[in-house]
Amino acid sequence: MVTCTGCALLCEDIEVVLENGGIKESRNACRRGAARFRGCKNRLAPSVDKKQTDIDTAIKKAAEILKNAKSLMLFGWSNSTCEAQAKGIQLAKKLNAAIDDTSSFCQGLLIERVLQKKFRTCSLEDVRNRADVLVYWGSDAQDSQPRHLSRFSVFPRGESRQRGYEEDRLAIAIDVRESNTAKICKGHFYRIPLKGDREFILALMEALVGKVPKYDAKRMLELAGIMKKAEFGVIFAGIGLTYSIKDDIDILVSLADMLPNFHVMPMVGHYNMRGFNEALFKETGFVNRVKFGVKPVHDNKYAVVEALKSKSIDALLITGSDPLSSLPRSILSHLASIPVICIDPCVTLTSKIAAVTIPAAASGLECGGSAVRMDGKVIEISKVVENSYLTDAQILTRLMEGL
Amino acid sequence: MPTVMELYQLLPKTNCKKCGESTCMAFSVALLSRKKKVSECTPILEESFKKQKEKLESLLLPTAGAEETGMIVHPELCTGCGNCVVACPVDVANDPHGAGTGCAPTNDKVIFKVMDGKVVAFNIKECRRFGKNRVLCYACIDPCPTGAIEFV
Repeated sequence: MVTCTGCALLCEDIEVVLENGGIKESRNACRRGAARFRGCKNRLAPSVDKKQTDIDTAIKKAAEILKNAKSLMLFGWSNSTCEAQAKGIQLAKKLNAAIDDTSSFCQGLLIERVLQKKFRTCSLEDVRNRADVLVYWGSDAQDSQPRHLSRFSVFPRGESRQRGYEEDRLAIAIDVRESNTAKICKGHFYRIPLKGDREFILALMEALVGKVPKYDAKRMLELAGIMKKAEFGVIFAGIGLTYSIKDDIDILVSLADMLPNFHVMPMVGHYNMRGFNEALFKETGFVNRVKFGVKPVHDNKYAVVEALKSKSIDALLITGSDPLSSLPRSILSHLASIPVICIDPCVTLTSKIAAVTIPAAASGLECGGSAVRMDGKVIEISKVVENSYLTDAQILTRLMEGL
Repeated sequence: MPTVMELYQLLPKTNCKKCGESTCMAFSVALLSRKKKVSECTPILEESFKKQKEKLESLLLPTAGAEETGMIVHPELCTGCGNCVVACPVDVANDPHGAGTGCAPTNDKVIFKVMDGKVVAFNIKECRRFGKNRVLCYACIDPCPTGAIEFV
């Protein structure tokens, strides 16, 4: 049995068939996980200024860039093990650098509130054993975390939910489009307009206190009735909800306060995003966008998008992320003009423009460690195939030595 | 998947009974359930029905890979989510602590298993749609949002 690092569910029940030192077939993993076990097609090679070199030269040059940078940022981290993340935070501290991860434009806001204990939350095992009302809000778990519904939420039989989805559980989807998750929720799909989440929450709050809501009164009262009767409800808050109410996230806290039997769980995409958030929160009290100095400072200007847009950084170290293919076009010009150090197992768009590339072992496949699941449980990750690649943590240690 | 009416429209509609069925409609039902073959209809083999015969064969092509119970798994549509593995009542009865609780199947008595990111059907004779006391079960079709499982 090995652990899949395809998404933040970290499924631990995967079997792999090995052949000639490689993986021939994976069993029980979804399509996303199976692709992860197949490894990358284009392996990254060590390079300096786009010329191939050996790994020692690449690390030496990277250390030089880090040393000379006046305003450095370390970014990525969501696809690295907890051990590598700890080293990354240590490195940022040593260099007085800014550090940010993908939660900065993902679920950071929600995770911060979960860690501050503003929401009641629960483990995925609790969901399996006890949950009876499941609300997928702005989240298409069926496509983003394919085994979420079958392994933990809708379909499995749990201790107090022996009859499973047929009688004991009710799944509700609130989304702007009829996603694959909404198709499973069938009669309980609430379609909302774009950016309509705030209005929907306000209407739901009115319905919960017994007022007739202004917005779709009949269905809102029906939904409020279901939510009030729930014995153990969970709101799976997806990125759709977080983006829509990011300026007023506390409205969701108010809604959760009105529902004493409900728990909120942020639906995390990258497998160890929550791990980084927890580590940084423990160290500084913030989950992302931190600059180390005399004391750690948290500010929106230390978000990777803002920093690149305002051209306030002069070097960037990226670990296991591809900002060039996922971030807005406005950051491109500055990203291309500064020295970028890319630590990744595969060739990505970002690695193509990087000044230094350092190949790393793919975690969960070529190296082990630990990671934090979307509900906060620490899961051990196993090494599956033998290889000679350095892990993210080893590369960061050598970079620190090089300084 | 073709419907009985679509198949019927392409048949000669003479109710000649040469195939052994009482009507052309009954023959199209038999075609869809793979009890009869197109070639058993003698009039359609004539030159004048050539185009209709070709269309009929192309319509029936997707049913060729069906299991004994008529189950077809479309690997190109399957996302390997495992909803069918956990929802199938036979899987739950045969492996209550594995597939029944959402974990990986712990024995070989289950019908569905996910291999290399796609679902594969085993032990097809255990399926509730098979055998003497068969029932029209939809437990694996309903939870599949991509329509990767079909019965013909």
